[in-house]
Amino acid sequence: MTSAIVIRDLHKSFGSLEVLKGVSLDAAEGEVISIIGASGSGKSTLLRCIPLLEVPDSGEIIIGGEALRMRRRHGRPEPADSSQVNRVRGSLGFVFQSFNLWPHMTVLQNLIEAPVHVQKRSRAECVAEAEALLKKVGMAEKRDAYPVHLSGGQQQRAAIARALAMRPRALLFDEPTSSLDPELVGEVLQVIAGLAAEGRTMLIVTHEMSFAAEVSSRAIFLHAGRIEEEGPPKQVFGDPLTERCRSFVARHLNR
Amino acid sequence: MNELSFIADTMRQLLTGVPLTLELTLISVGVGGALAIILSVLRASFTPFAWFVRLYVFALRGTPLLLQMFLIYYGLGQFDAVQRSFLWPFLRQPYWCAILALSLNTAAYGSEIIRGGLQSVPAGSIESARVCGMSGLLLYRRVILPLALRQALPAYGSEVIAMVKSTSLASIVTLMEISGIAYAIISETYRALEVFLCAGLIYLAINFVLTRAVAGLEIWLSPHLRPATS
Repeated sequence: MTSAIVIRDLHKSFGSLEVLKGVSLDAAEGEVISIIGASGSGKSTLLRCIPLLEVPDSGEIIIGGEALRMRRRHGRPEPADSSQVNRVRGSLGFVFQSFNLWPHMTVLQNLIEAPVHVQKRSRAECVAEAEALLKKVGMAEKRDAYPVHLSGGQQQRAAIARALAMRPRALLFDEPTSSLDPELVGEVLQVIAGLAAEGRTMLIVTHEMSFAAEVSSRAIFLHAGRIEEEGPPKQVFGDPLTERCRSFVARHLNR
Repeated sequence: MNELSFIADTMRQLLTGVPLTLELTLISVGVGGALAIILSVLRASFTPFAWFVRLYVFALRGTPLLLQMFLIYYGLGQFDAVQRSFLWPFLRQPYWCAILALSLNTAAYGSEIIRGGLQSVPAGSIESARVCGMSGLLLYRRVILPLALRQALPAYGSEVIAMVKSTSLASIVTLMEISGIAYAIISETYRALEVFLCAGLIYLAINFVLTRAVAGLEIWLSPHLRPATS
């Protein structure tokens, strides 16, 4: 099977703090990988490195067989080809913890913005597709609402639909429910579980252990910038091999 | 001549200067506003230009507009290169000199106002645009500038009002806008109080309309800040 996302020996430091100390990962098409770990373990940084929202210091990122070309300038790494970066970013749907919908656009405008202006697809086709996506995430009746008038759960569902509107080959979720009120978490997880069931390739950084155990095909436990444990969810959440993972999961499953 | 008919006559004469006042304001706010956007974007995104823009803003905010107008109107003509250039047909006329000075001046203030607007754009909005593959001009045009300009609009409204008043300085380089006409009437009649009061009333009326227009523009451009309709 081809790999949707391959990461090789990724290193990233912020100043003197080394956040990623050589992380490698291979996500096959259709795989759902949950990434867990304590705050500061590097899981969000790892996810943000994939579309180069953070530029790694070294290592390789390969999306759909295409390696992201990097170069060094004044000793600092940077993307070598910005048009490649934009194209690859368009093939990855990224869902943020804080939704990040564009406040000056309606829900529908948020969905068609990048397909029309970045991917240059016809507006009519994009609108039709966006409406179908909104229906899928249960937001059809909010198509003309502005983000400020939506609840957190509604905003996140719209943001997921916006990511899907790019027709991405993989979806990246960065703690998608961490800024939601507890009663709104369920509706968002339900949408994500639905996407997992469709066979989409997904990487999910999350603190929702029981949800991760349920939907993922593989789980990764990060500790201090390294992969401490990796395996099927039954192992990582049920019977971890490492002591650190065991105590982390025990602390979080019981909440 | 009795008082009332003098005031009516003064008003009639002053009102003939309104078109020129509005013309000076609108052209310089338009040109200066476009320049302000370019300057603030350059300052925000191209480090080598940041110092140039800062120097420009420092110089044009730090010296009187009147002095800038004099420098352009009386100063530029002393250079042979300017007199020989294709710009001379414009720069020899007080009208274009006034517009140039007003535009350059408001661009300096405007770029600072827009800089504030640019800083207010949520980092998350920019990040989500980048992750969708937007960058460069497209990112500015579709996400950053619409949000920044909306944020800057209330402060920019004040700048437009300041510009209406600044056009009165154009009378010093012989332009007969409202203030220029007022000076002329006073030098004939020596009735400064009535004439200046009339001129003041006209400026107030213009700025009243402008204030309402800016407020309307704010509401029109901010559908996301209105109460939900559904």
